[in-house]
Parts: sequence; C-alpha cells; structure tokens
Amino acid sequence: MFAFLLKRLLAIIPTLLVVATLVFVLVRVVPGGPFDSERAVPAEVVAQLNAKYDLDAPVHRQYFRWLGELVTTGDLGPTFKYPNRTVNEIIAVSLPVSMQLGVLATILAVLIGVPLGVIGAVKQNTWADTLAMATAMLGVSVPRFVLAPIFVLIFSLNLYWLPVARWDSWRHMVLPVLCSALPMAAYIARLARGGMLEVIRSDFVRMARAKGLSERRVIIKHALKGGMLPVVSYLGPGFSSTLVGSIVIEKYFNIPGMGRYFVEAALNRDYNLVMGVTLVYGFVLMFFNAIVDVAYSLLDPRVELR
Amino acid sequence: MSASSVPSAAASVPRAPLPPTVPVPAAPASPAEEGSSLWRDAWRRLKKNRAAVVSGFILIALVLACILQPELSHWRYDQAELQVGATPPSADHWMGTDYFGRDLMARTFFGGRISFAVGIIATFVSFVIGVSWGGIAGYAGGRLDALMMRFVDVLFTFPFLIFVILLMVFFANDQTFLYRAYTSVLSVFVAHPKDPRYFPVFQIIVVFAALGSISWLTMARIVRGQVIALRSQPFVEAARSIGVGPAGLVFRHIVPNALGPIIVYTTLTVPSVMLTEAFLSFLGLGTQEPLSSWGLLAASGAESMDLYPWTLVFPAVFLALTLFCFNFLGDGLRDALDPKARKD
Repeated sequence: MFAFLLKRLLAIIPTLLVVATLVFVLVRVVPGGPFDSERAVPAEVVAQLNAKYDLDAPVHRQYFRWLGELVTTGDLGPTFKYPNRTVNEIIAVSLPVSMQLGVLATILAVLIGVPLGVIGAVKQNTWADTLAMATAMLGVSVPRFVLAPIFVLIFSLNLYWLPVARWDSWRHMVLPVLCSALPMAAYIARLARGGMLEVIRSDFVRMARAKGLSERRVIIKHALKGGMLPVVSYLGPGFSSTLVGSIVIEKYFNIPGMGRYFVEAALNRDYNLVMGVTLVYGFVLMFFNAIVDVAYSLLDPRVELR
Repeated sequence: MSASSVPSAAASVPRAPLPPTVPVPAAPASPAEEGSSLWRDAWRRLKKNRAAVVSGFILIALVLACILQPELSHWRYDQAELQVGATPPSADHWMGTDYFGRDLMARTFFGGRISFAVGIIATFVSFVIGVSWGGIAGYAGGRLDALMMRFVDVLFTFPFLIFVILLMVFFANDQTFLYRAYTSVLSVFVAHPKDPRYFPVFQIIVVFAALGSISWLTMARIVRGQVIALRSQPFVEAARSIGVGPAGLVFRHIVPNALGPIIVYTTLTVPSVMLTEAFLSFLGLGTQEPLSSWGLLAASGAESMDLYPWTLVFPAVFLALTLFCFNFLGDGLRDALDPKARKD
C-alpha cells in the first residue's frame, strides 16, 4: 500500500512539471508585462527593472534558471508587486489560511452531507427523504457568492452574532466555512443517498437483518461502510472544488488566503507569484487526490492497488 | 434526436431472411410498437416524474421570457439614468433599478440570454469534443485507447479552474491573437470590427471556449464506456458486414444507441457550466459590463445587498431556479433513461 501511495505521489512530479512549463510559457507569451502602468515609466527604468528580475534573458534561460532555483533551494523567486516579500513568504503566510478554510469546510460538508444522505436513503420516499433531497438540490443550485451575502445579512447585519469579515478567531471562521461547505455538503448528500440505496438492497445487509440485528446497527455497522464509497471517491474532487471555489469566499470575507493573491497576481502579471500559487494549488489538489485514492482502496476490498 | 436512433435500434432486431420457425406475430404495426421502444418507455417514465415535468416547463418559460422580454420592454438593459439611481421595485420598474438607474428587469432577462447561451454553447463544445474523443478511443481500443484515456486521466488531475482563471485573464483582452482572429471574422459582417462595442462579445466567446474545453473529460469517459459495451453487438456487426466504415459505425450506429447516458450528462453539464460562468463573473473575469449575465448581476448585487437588496434577489433567484430545474430535469432523465440507476 505504501508503495502505491509513493507511486501516486511520485506521479505528481511530472504533472506539476507540465503545469509549471505551461504556465511559465503562458504568462510570458500574453501581452502586457509586470511593469506596465498607467503612468509613463522611462524606458531605462523598465530596462533596469527587467534586468534586476532577470526578465531580459531569453525565455528558455529564464525557465531553466527559475526551475534550477526551485529544485535546488525551493525558492520561487521575488514578487514584482510586493518588492519586500518573496513568493515563498507570501505563500507561507496565506497557504495555511486557505488550507484551514478548505479542510474545515470539507469536514463540515461531510458532517452535514452524510447524515442527510443516510436519512434520505433509510426513509426513502417519505417526507424526510423529499425534504433532505430538496435541500440538497437547493444547495447544489445556489452559488457560494449568493449564500455569503445572505448569511452575512442575517447573522451579521441583523442579529449581530458574527463578524462580517477577516480571519482572526473562530467567530470569524463560522460564516466563511459554512458558505464554502454547503454546496459540497449538498453534493455529498446526493451521493451518500445513492450509495446507501444500493447497499441497503445488497445480500450482506439482508443477511445482517436476518440475524436479527436492530435496524440502527445494520445501517451503522454494516451498510454505512459500503454506502460511503461514492462519497469517499468524491472527496478528492470535492476538496479541489471547495478550495478553488473558496477564492470567492476569501474575496467576499476579505480573508488573507492564497486565492486573493492568485487572481490579483494574474491580473498584475506578477509572473513568479502566479507560478508559485498555481504550483502550490496544483500540488495540494493532486496530493489530496492521491490520499483519497488510497483511502478508497482501504474501504473497498474489491479494489486492487496497481 | 430520438427519431434518428429508433430506426437503427429497431432494424437490428428483426432479421427478415430467417426461416419462419419462430413465427413473428403479424399483428398490425402500430399497436405492437406501442410502448416497445426505449424512448417511448423513457418518455412515459419521465412524464410520471412530476418534479422533472414542472422543471421542464419552468425552463421553457424562462427561455421564452429571456428571448421575448428584452424585445417587448421599453427599457433597454444598458439604458442608464444616473439621476434616478437605485430604486426599489415599482409600477414602472417591476424589479427596480440598479445603481446606475438601469431597469433591473431588462438587465435580468437580457442577462438570462447570456447565461443560457454560455450554458448551452459551452455544453455543446464539451459534447462535441467528449463524444468524438470517447467514441474514437472506445472504438479503436488497444494502444490508442490506452493513450487517449491516459491523457484524460492526466487532465483530470489538473487544477482546471485555476487554468480557466489564467486563460480568462490572459486571453480575454484586446491584444491577443484570439482577438485578431475574432475581428477578422467580424469584419465579414460589420464595417468597424474594432468598435469597442463588440469587445464584450469577444470576452463571452472566450468564456464559451474555456468552459467547454474543460467540461468534456467526464463525457469522454462515459461515451467510451458505452462504445465498448456496444461495439461487439450484433447490430454493429450487421452494419459492418454491409460495408459501413469505422466513422459511420461509431457516429451513425453506436453513439445514437448510447444517447441515454449522454443526454443525462449533457443536461447536468449545463447548470455546472452556468455556475462556473457566475463564479468567473464574480471574480470580474466572465461577462463584462455593460452586458449582463445572472452571475454578473448577482455578483454586483451582492456588493450592495445591504442597501439595495433587490439587485441581488432577482438575478440570484432566476439563477438558482434555472440551476434547480436543470438538475431536477437531469435527475428525472437519468431515472427515465437509465433503468438500472432508477430509484425503484
């Protein structure tokens, strides 16, 4: 199993290299440079800035120098718009915030989605099922940036329970995590219901019932493990979409996470920062996918690791 | 769609030259066909699903409203009256006006056109790429199949939305070769293709292409699975024996018989694409002012929601209602077309 995990993790490296190369070429091919501005900057100044940041060299030489730095020292280079900070420093500060938001939202989504889905399946075709699934459908259909202002309006501006922005204490985290989690929770509820429905009719569950186990025990001890397989396989892509979707949440709640830098850096043509953030996002997403695949195989004895 | 596939499915069943050991009842054709085809069955099941039927009607009504309302209303979506400013719903402006005094109803229904167009065109792009890719991989099999699907696997691990954001930032401006291509096509139709009025349309076309080009992966997997399941069926053998080429086999005979799952997935792609367009618009990378889309309207409404709640409520409700209906319709179609995945 560890060999499989190792293999999956090693497979990330070539993909990341492709991502890095693509983005490196992409940011340099498109028009506009990091030192364009509304004010007319003297040509000598721009030339000096380009020389300082090594942007006057041929692209392939820039690429290999950048890659060499990254591989040997882990250095992603200086940023162009925040002259006193390196890309590494910015990521070191903002990545933990984004990860907190993403992981907390994923956990909350599982905690909300799985019970909803199980209730829907166990009470199939009753009002509880209809209600749970209608809620889930609503959750899939309302974008995060619509949820956020509605929650802020209710819980912050009318009830004064929670702050409207920033990321300082748990009170600041409640609304952003909830808004990030709900769409994913809704999706999980639908998957959990489908998975449970399939398992509930299978022979081993009928067997467990025939032994005289209580319905509760049948569901929790026997059916749940198999019924959760679709949910587990969705956790990887779900975490990705929550993390990326949280760019909107970070923007709305003014959270100092990585997503904010990402769009801003792309608009500013801050080459190194775009590269750094893209690579970190890519790595986190692929790493999580690999872990989820291994977890899946542990849960489902029918899957063989190759 | 259904009409083209029914004959090929039916043609595979009766073999005329068989000796009459199994007497086929020579009943009149029409009652025998009643309820016999997959499509008729599916249609009957779909009609029983009340949520799906209602969703379908709501969607039709919404599309009609988006087509007609901007033509009938005497307010235009970009007609600003700054001295009016934001006003709540009234007899004059049924949905109120926005910060610039523009009629929100006109903007909402005009935005609906763009939202629907993005959803449908981007889905069509993903449909074309996905069906061709999956169809070719599934039919070819062997090394080509392995290569093509490995490519899909690798793309699946890409952080795609990240790429779309980069593409939108980098390509949706007026200095790229894409824009030059666009203006040269445009010059066929209009006198001044570089007129800034045509620029927002260019950006929307980039949105179509970007969203379409990332949504085809799952479609390719679904189609490949279907093609592999169908390619050695007798009716395909029959078509091959009368000299139909590989392209004809895949796209004329196999794909039409795999339409069920394809239609279901297509229906579910539309809302997800519309949602992604809204996401991009919220970040300022999708549809641009003075045009409107539900995502863009909801995003700007979200900013001033504490002062002018109606600017968020109307576009958000239309967006959510549309996504809701597409999802219900997709679920209903899956239940109707895919008896194995059916609830009961």
